[in-house]
Amino acid sequence: MRPFFAGARDTIPMLVGAAPFGVIFGTLAIGAGLPVWLTLGLSALVFAGSSQFVAVSLLGGGAAVPVIWLTTFVVNLRHALYSATLLPYARALPARWRWALAFWLTDETFAVVENQLRHHSSLHDGARYWLGSSLAMYFNWQVWTLAGVLLGQSVPGLATLGLNFAMVATFAAIVALQLRDRPVLCAALAAGAVALLARDLPYKLGLMLAAMAGVATGMLAEAWFGRAQASAQEEAGP
Amino acid sequence: MNSTWALVLAGMVVVTYGIRLSFLVFGHRLTFPGWLERALRYVPAAVLTALVVPMALAPQGAVDLSLHNAYLPGTVAAVAVAFISRQTLAAILGGFVVYGLWRWLLV
Repeated sequence: MRPFFAGARDTIPMLVGAAPFGVIFGTLAIGAGLPVWLTLGLSALVFAGSSQFVAVSLLGGGAAVPVIWLTTFVVNLRHALYSATLLPYARALPARWRWALAFWLTDETFAVVENQLRHHSSLHDGARYWLGSSLAMYFNWQVWTLAGVLLGQSVPGLATLGLNFAMVATFAAIVALQLRDRPVLCAALAAGAVALLARDLPYKLGLMLAAMAGVATGMLAEAWFGRAQASAQEEAGP
Repeated sequence: MNSTWALVLAGMVVVTYGIRLSFLVFGHRLTFPGWLERALRYVPAAVLTALVVPMALAPQGAVDLSLHNAYLPGTVAAVAVAFISRQTLAAILGGFVVYGLWRWLLV
């Protein structure tokens, strides 16, 4: 299969997971009084689900414009880490490719593409795989946002059906498949614990705090288990 | 068209695209120190778990370990199916089935 289509195909589970959120976002935004052009514009030009949800609640609550910008920065800051993580695979690409792929960088495409590029590193195929995943996520998000807008205009109260669980199930499934060694498991446990304790901090700062705690724990665990493994090998040796 | 709304949208686009461009476009001449590359290896698992745990254990804001919290068995089922099948889609569907049945039977 050609890399572009392979990238889109491997993103299908993420499309399924994101779909309810596109619908909920469109529905909530219309319900909160946003005009249709702004609701569709957020999905088409910002293209970052969690910050779009936060913006809807802030706009509905009459927040100041700089507050909305700062919140967007904090909520989306994790994309800088994705950008840095994917740089080794993009370093040799033409600038127009890097500008385009950066625009479409999301949690979902990052998860799919990073996993693929770590194992298969042909530059040409990797870029097309990445683009396939990006465009699949992008058009999926636009379509379901539009569906949400249309639903929001006709059926009020749709978000109470429990569709929020889609995001939990999607992220839980992704992370479960990433727990491949003990340091990563330690990182996940620490991040989860801190996120739970810090969940009431404003602006999703708890998420940033939890991510940093998880990364630090992972590195400490790596040093610890690395040493334990090395000394075990010494004992087993001649 | 309300100009404040247009301003909000424009600022969000600049901020978000700027973050995404940071390393991919402006960092291409940088070489990564080894410790930073090792640190980034833990970012996906840390961020995703940080998103999942509060939603699964405290979907309404307060920690809820009662039978009425269908998010918890649904999430546990998704993780269990992921470990067994190694398939993301199967895990999501498994989580949904348990979540739906749980709500239908208990709420």
